[in-house]
Amino acid sequence: MAYFLQQLINGITLGAIYGLIAIGYTMVYGIIGMINFAHGEIYMIGAFISVICFTALGLLGITWVPLALLIVLVIAMVFTAVYGWTVERIAYRPLRGSSRLAPLISAIGMSIFLQNDVQLLQGARIKPLQPVIEGGFILTEMDGFAVHLGYIQIFIVFLTVVLMALFSVFIARTDIGRAQRACEQDRTMAGLLGVNVDRTISLAFVMGAALAAVAGTMVVLYYGVVHFYIGFLAGIKAFTAAVLGGIGSLPGAMLGGLLIGLIEVFWSAYFTIEYKDVAAYSILVLVLIFRPTGLLGKPEVEKV
Amino acid sequence: MAVTTLPAQRTLDVPAVLKECGLAAFVAFALAAPMVGLETLPLTGGLGINTRFGAVAYAAVLVFFGRLGFALLRAGYPVPVLIASLVFAAVLISLLLTGADQILPFKSLILNWFIALLAVVITVRAAWALHRPTAEMAARERENVMDRVGIAVLRGARWLGPLAIAVAIALPFLPFADRRFLDLAILVMTYVMLGWGLNIVVGLAGLLDLGYVAFYAVGAYSFALLALHFDLGFWVSLPLAGLMAAGAGVLLGFPVLRLRGDYLAIVTLGFGEMIRIILVNWYSFTNGPDGLSGIPRPSFFGFPFTRRPAEGTMSFHQLFDVDFASIQRIIFLYYVILVLALVTNMFTLRLRKLPLGRAWEALREDEVACRSLGINPTNTKLTAFGIGAMFAGIAGSFFATRQGFISPESFTFIESAIILSIVVLGGMGSQIGVVVAAILLIGMPEWFRELGQFRMLAFGAGMVLIMIWRPRGLLAHRDPTIRLNRDGDFEAPG
Repeated sequence: MAYFLQQLINGITLGAIYGLIAIGYTMVYGIIGMINFAHGEIYMIGAFISVICFTALGLLGITWVPLALLIVLVIAMVFTAVYGWTVERIAYRPLRGSSRLAPLISAIGMSIFLQNDVQLLQGARIKPLQPVIEGGFILTEMDGFAVHLGYIQIFIVFLTVVLMALFSVFIARTDIGRAQRACEQDRTMAGLLGVNVDRTISLAFVMGAALAAVAGTMVVLYYGVVHFYIGFLAGIKAFTAAVLGGIGSLPGAMLGGLLIGLIEVFWSAYFTIEYKDVAAYSILVLVLIFRPTGLLGKPEVEKV
Repeated sequence: MAVTTLPAQRTLDVPAVLKECGLAAFVAFALAAPMVGLETLPLTGGLGINTRFGAVAYAAVLVFFGRLGFALLRAGYPVPVLIASLVFAAVLISLLLTGADQILPFKSLILNWFIALLAVVITVRAAWALHRPTAEMAARERENVMDRVGIAVLRGARWLGPLAIAVAIALPFLPFADRRFLDLAILVMTYVMLGWGLNIVVGLAGLLDLGYVAFYAVGAYSFALLALHFDLGFWVSLPLAGLMAAGAGVLLGFPVLRLRGDYLAIVTLGFGEMIRIILVNWYSFTNGPDGLSGIPRPSFFGFPFTRRPAEGTMSFHQLFDVDFASIQRIIFLYYVILVLALVTNMFTLRLRKLPLGRAWEALREDEVACRSLGINPTNTKLTAFGIGAMFAGIAGSFFATRQGFISPESFTFIESAIILSIVVLGGMGSQIGVVVAAILLIGMPEWFRELGQFRMLAFGAGMVLIMIWRPRGLLAHRDPTIRLNRDGDFEAPG
C-alpha cells in the first residue's frame, strides 16, 4: 500500500510534466490540424536554457531559491517562446496551404536541426545540475516503507495547477484566447471576421513553447540532468497524452498527461522498467483504435 | 496610345524595412543569447560557464545586414547590396585564407566558410537583380522551370530510365569508382530501394508511415537469425526475410489502418520505436544492444569471395580464373542491390496498372468515394502496407549481409525520417524523384563527411529549405493515370 502511494505521488509529478508539454501539441493541432514535430525539441531547449540559467545565477551569487526559480522560469519561458515562434515562422508559415506532408517533413528537419544545434553549442555530454529544491517530508510509514513526498514534487504539481488555471482563464476570457478558439473552429471565417490568423497561429506555438519551457525547467529540477536527446521521447509521450485526452482539448491534454505519467510509473514499478516506453506506445495504439477522439475529445464529423 | 515601359519600381519604406531587420536581428539575438552566449562546461562537482557574447552580437549583426540586403534587393536597390556583400565576402575569405580568422567571433572554420558562402550567394543574387530587375518574376519563373523539369522528366522517363540504368550498370567500371565511391553507391542504392518501397505506402496509397524502419529492422534481424541459427544462405534467407517483414507489416497494419493521416503517422512511429525497444531488451533472442555479428557474407551463388576457400569448395576468383581482389565482393554487392532495387521499381510500376494499384491511388485521393464504389479500404491499404514492408525487409537483409553486423542502433527513428524525406522530397509517387532525392540526401552528406559535426545540422536545415522551396517535392508532377481520348475510350499514357 505504501509502495502504491509512493508510485502514485511519483506518477502524478511525472504526469504534470507530460501534461504541460501536451498542451503545446493540443493547441497547435487544434488550430492548424497538424502535429508540431519540433515540440519535443522545444521542450529540450527549455530544459537546457533553465540549466544554463541556474548555473549562471549560481555564479552570479543569486542563491535565494524563490527568486532564482522565478528568474529561471521567466527567462526560460521567454527565450523558449522565441524558439517556438521561429519554428512556426520557418517551418510552418511558408508551407501553409500546401499538402499536409510538407510541414511535417519541414518540422522533422527542424527537429533534427535543433537537436544537433544544441549538441554543437552545448556539447554532447549530460549536463548535471545541483539540486535546487531539496528535502521533503515523510507522509506515512507502513510495513517499513516510508512514503516520501519531496518539496520538489509539491512545487511541480502546484505550479502545474496554477499555470493550468491561469491558462484556462486566459483562453476562456481574453481576446487572444477567443481568437484561438475562433481559429480552431473555422480559420477562414475567423480571418474574414478580422482575426489575424497568422498571428493567432504564431501565438499558439509561442504559448505551447512557453509551457514546454516550464516543463523543461521542472524536469531539470526533478531529475537534475539534461541531455540534448531528451526531446524525442518526451515529445512522443506528450503527444500520446494529448491524443489520449482528446486532441484539441486543453483539459484533455492535462488528463492525458496525468494518465500517461501514472501508467509509466506504475508499469515500471510493477512490471518491467525496460518496457515502460512500449507501454506508452501501446496505450496510444489502443486509444486510437478504440476511441480515436480520446477521452474528452469531440467526435469528428466527416463531410463529403 | 503610346506604350510606356515603367522603370523598375523603387519604393523604399525605410521605417518598415528597419523594423523588419530589427525584428530579425532581435529574434536572432534571443535565439543565440542563452544557447550561444553561455556555454556550460563540465567542472568537477557542477557546471561552469563560458561566455561567448561576441558571437551573439556578431550573429545578430549578421542577421540584421543579411535581412537588410534581402529587403533592399526586394525594393530594387541591388547596387549597394552588391558592393557591401562583395566587400564583406572578400574580407572574410581573405581572412580565412590567410589564417587570420582567429579574430572573428565565430571560432568554427566551417561556420565562417558557410557565412562567406552566404555572402557570395547574396552577391550573386544582387548581380542577377542588376541584370534582371524584377526579383518577384524570377521567383515565379524558377517555380515554373522546376515544374517544367518535373514534367519533362516524367515524359522522358521512357528513355531517361534506361539511360539511368545503363549508367548504374556501368558505374563500377568507371575510372573514378574506387572502393569508397562504390560503398557510397551501395548505400545510396539501399536508400533508393527503401524509398521505392515506401513510395508504395506513402506515394501510391497515401498512408503516412513514420515507422518504416521497423520493417527494415525485422528484415535485417530475420536474415541474421536465420543465417546464424539455421545456417541458411543469402539467397534462401532473402525471400524469407522479405516474407517475415511483410507478415510484420500486415500484423501491425491490421489494427491501425482504419486511422487517418497524422494519427496513422504517429502510431507507425510508435510501432517503429516499439520494435527497436524490443530488439534492445530481448537479450536472449536478439543479443540486445550488443547486436548480432558474424552474419555470413553473400556468395556468388555458392562461390564465396575469399582468397582461400574452404577445402573442397571453389571461390569466385578461382571460378572465373582471375586474381583475387577484395573489390570484387563490393562490386557484386553493388549489383545485388541494384537488381533488388530495380525489381522493386518494376514491381511498383506493374502494380500501378493493376486494379490493386488503381485502387491505392483512388484511396489516396478520396477514401469516401472509394468506399461507396465497393473498394474495401482496409484490405487495400493492408496490401500496400504489406508489400512496402516486404521490400523494406529485403533491403534490411541486404543491409545485414553487407555490414556483417547489426544492432538496434541502426534502426532509429531518424532512419524512418530520412527514408520518408527521400520520398517526399523527390515528389510523392515519382520514382525518379526518389533516386534524385536519395543521391541528394544520402550521397551528398556522405561526401561531405568533412563537415563532421555540422553534417546532421546541415541535413536538418536542408530538409527544411528544400521543403519550403518545393513543397510538393523536387520532381512533383502527376499525370492522370487514365484519361479519355478523343474517341471516348480510356487510354493509359506511358
